[in-house]
Amino acid sequence: MSENYFQLFGLPVGFEVDAEALALRYRDLQRAAHPDRYAGASERERLLSVQQASLINEAYSTLKDSLARARYLLELNGITLSDTDTRMDPMFLMEQMELREALDAAPAAADPFAALAKVRNAAEATERQLVEELAALFQRGEAEALQQAPERLRKLQFMRKLLDEVDEREGDLAHNI
Amino acid sequence: MAYSDKVIEHYENPRNVGAMDKDAPDVGTGMVGAPACGDVMRLQIKVSAEGVIEDAKFKTYGCGSAIASSSLVTEWMKGKTLDQALEIKNSQIAEELALPPVKIHCSVLAEDAIKAAIEDYKTKQSRA
Repeated sequence: MSENYFQLFGLPVGFEVDAEALALRYRDLQRAAHPDRYAGASERERLLSVQQASLINEAYSTLKDSLARARYLLELNGITLSDTDTRMDPMFLMEQMELREALDAAPAAADPFAALAKVRNAAEATERQLVEELAALFQRGEAEALQQAPERLRKLQFMRKLLDEVDEREGDLAHNI
Repeated sequence: MAYSDKVIEHYENPRNVGAMDKDAPDVGTGMVGAPACGDVMRLQIKVSAEGVIEDAKFKTYGCGSAIASSSLVTEWMKGKTLDQALEIKNSQIAEELALPPVKIHCSVLAEDAIKAAIEDYKTKQSRA
């Protein structure tokens, strides 16, 4: 398969993606590859349609999400993220620590939902900023800019994880009312 | 995922949880993070004039294996010289806690935290 996910969806290769065009194209591609259309086809054709459908799904979930999209774009540029790189900007880790502490303390706060919302707002603000920075780096596109992207991406991963935990805590709280 | 008895033991009774004054000249602070799982680990050491680690504290936000790994290294570091502490390897941590392959990165995080804390201490000393 020489075509990349962007080409598959007929979209320009880049961080900024037209969400509407992506969703429309996804629907069309999915319809065309639907296994039901191959009910009377040969075994081989059916198998290919199943593979094609799974590729379309994989491509769609990658292009739809800013984190997955950024990671994929870097891979297209020959930059793979290392998950074992544990050194990070100490200030950022300090902030992570503080947000985690606030998250832990939230259920015991006078207004636990407000305490959780505060953590969420802080995490979402950082998330937005990181996505903007990534967009600017990919916009520049030269090697020097792309070298700076993995660090932003790692931070974004932390923020996503934190936001997942905020969701979880909110669920627990709502459940216990 | 099934945790080993040792992981559960450290997870339920973590040793040396807490914080030290990060601005104190005899305290070294190591902050590390694992982006893949969002774990954050802070390891702090208090070093005597003879270069022996007198006390160690940690605070870790992460899975049971990450907490157990940091709890274990605080125990191991106490009484060691800085050079001895630097010899602690993630493989020893993983072996002691019987970590499964998917959790090896938690022990890597703990080893990196040791290095970061010692480096921070040495940097402070060279500036003093």
